[in-house]
Amino acid sequence: MAAKYDVPEMYDPAERPIPALKLGAMADSKPYMASPVHQEKLGFPKELPDDWKDRAIKRMGELLTKYRSLRVYMDACVKCGACTDKCHYFLGSGDPKNMPVARQDLFRSVYRRYFTVTGKLFPKLVGAKDFTKELLDDWFNYFHECSQCRRCSVFCPYGIDTAEISMAARDVMDYVGYGQKYCNEIIGKVHEIGNNLGLPEAALANTLEGLEEDVLDDTGVAVKFPMDVEGAEVLLIPPSADFFAEPHVLGLMGYAKVFHAAGVSWTVSSYASEAANFGVFIGNYEQMRKLALRIREAALRLRVKRIIFGECGHAWRVAYSFLNTLAGPWDFLDQRYPIPQHILEFTYDLIKRKGITLDKSGNEGKVLTFHDSCNVARASRMGDFPGGQFVIPREVIKASVPTFVEMHRDTTCEKTFCCGGGGGLLTDELMDIRIKGARPRMEALKDVADNGGVTHMAAICAICKTQFTKVMPYYGFDREAVVSVHQLVSNAIILGNNK
Amino acid sequence: MAYTLNGKTVEADEEGYLVDLNEWNEELADLIAKDENITMTPEHWEVINFLRDYYAEYQIAPAVRVLTKAIAKKMGPDKGNNKYLYELFPYGPGKQACKIAGLPKPTGCV
Repeated sequence: MAAKYDVPEMYDPAERPIPALKLGAMADSKPYMASPVHQEKLGFPKELPDDWKDRAIKRMGELLTKYRSLRVYMDACVKCGACTDKCHYFLGSGDPKNMPVARQDLFRSVYRRYFTVTGKLFPKLVGAKDFTKELLDDWFNYFHECSQCRRCSVFCPYGIDTAEISMAARDVMDYVGYGQKYCNEIIGKVHEIGNNLGLPEAALANTLEGLEEDVLDDTGVAVKFPMDVEGAEVLLIPPSADFFAEPHVLGLMGYAKVFHAAGVSWTVSSYASEAANFGVFIGNYEQMRKLALRIREAALRLRVKRIIFGECGHAWRVAYSFLNTLAGPWDFLDQRYPIPQHILEFTYDLIKRKGITLDKSGNEGKVLTFHDSCNVARASRMGDFPGGQFVIPREVIKASVPTFVEMHRDTTCEKTFCCGGGGGLLTDELMDIRIKGARPRMEALKDVADNGGVTHMAAICAICKTQFTKVMPYYGFDREAVVSVHQLVSNAIILGNNK
Repeated sequence: MAYTLNGKTVEADEEGYLVDLNEWNEELADLIAKDENITMTPEHWEVINFLRDYYAEYQIAPAVRVLTKAIAKKMGPDKGNNKYLYELFPYGPGKQACKIAGLPKPTGCV
């Protein structure tokens, strides 16, 4: 099904024009709706009930009380316009409903109608709207054209976070049986099998065995990929895409080599074989908690001392920001190490202490740039210093490759653009908006490819890696130009004779 | 959606993946492939058969790497790579080949 998509034109990232408005350009873009089976597994209503409006408003009230931030975001906007041209989906599509303020207003108009005095009395004067089925459908479409990347919030003078509004909207929709298939089907699989893919234990064991063979063939060194090993020092929690997809798996091989070279015992768990936590995408605390508790149970069962997360963007957001409240206390882990730790922190520390040796010639001919993943950049940190989440991945890359080039600074660090596939949008039926949303990153990449000789772009998120593999060919890049950071480490690391 | 084969209707999901894997047969595979603008050749069948065998054993499609390795063993090292598989299945060996093989779509960040 090689459908034709309208691929946006690319401009110089330094002079990016604000696109001409195309009213309703993405009005038809929407994901598949969750089936009754998917909904039921998560305890949500199977389909839209007759009294959906009352239920939705009740749920909004609960969220507005529970999350005071949400109410502040509803009240604080002064329509200054600073966010309007900051969203990658707006820049790629020109649809004014993809301006962050317009997206927020879908929620805000309902909020005003049912939760403010002026909106109850004089709805038209304050932009308050009845919650109609038509508006609900607009919610479904446009809250699934937000990847919850938070770039707009960096530019908002009041710090309004569209991601939180979009999460709340999706939570309300789940409560009225209007869920999204992609996220809800996947969450159900983690509850049942332990990972997004639905990779059962035997298949995981077979996959890991194959990787041991590959590394042995490649290097002559017997690097292990242990599973369910009780008493291991480290429990590694990678995104399950690391077992399955390219270039993700090349990163997993990098983690294994680093553990091997450092002489640290580790294991993955067949029970908690997933870093990703799609509970955050649908804004549902109970789902997020249930997913996180699997990691706790695996850590206890395997009696590990440390937990290290693999390269996964939103997983690190959930782990870094919420793991303690979701699934703590972690008093049974070794308190001398960060809880949890990121694999990049682990590798960076080893590089600094000369605990591993990297030979840049392993990546000869490659000129690298780095795509900051939105959730790592704007919703978490790494290391023990401000900005560590920007510095540490770059230092690991620079230690592994001969040449590193930065992309335009309007597109890096806290101003990074989403890959276009985050937030539960990495599904085939949303390919059009995914291609359009990738535009700002593709422009910045083209700029350094043309003017800086960049050959590869490294990423530290399973979603980013898959999204780029799929959309880069539309922009004239090779799909293999996107690489895992630990793939570069894997190519450069000297394994020596460690036993 | 659904496929119609010899007057019989076979149910599929929104994207054309079979709802009931037991309804698959080779004729149906040809029909699904046609829908995907793919003409099945013996090379395509090598991939499809491997996917089905692997699924029968592990209840999931193989990782891309497992697939490329198996194809390299069967058809020679020059064919054991992503590029070759994308030539056969332009929308991606994972998803498109699974659809033709009557297997569920791999989900998650893949």
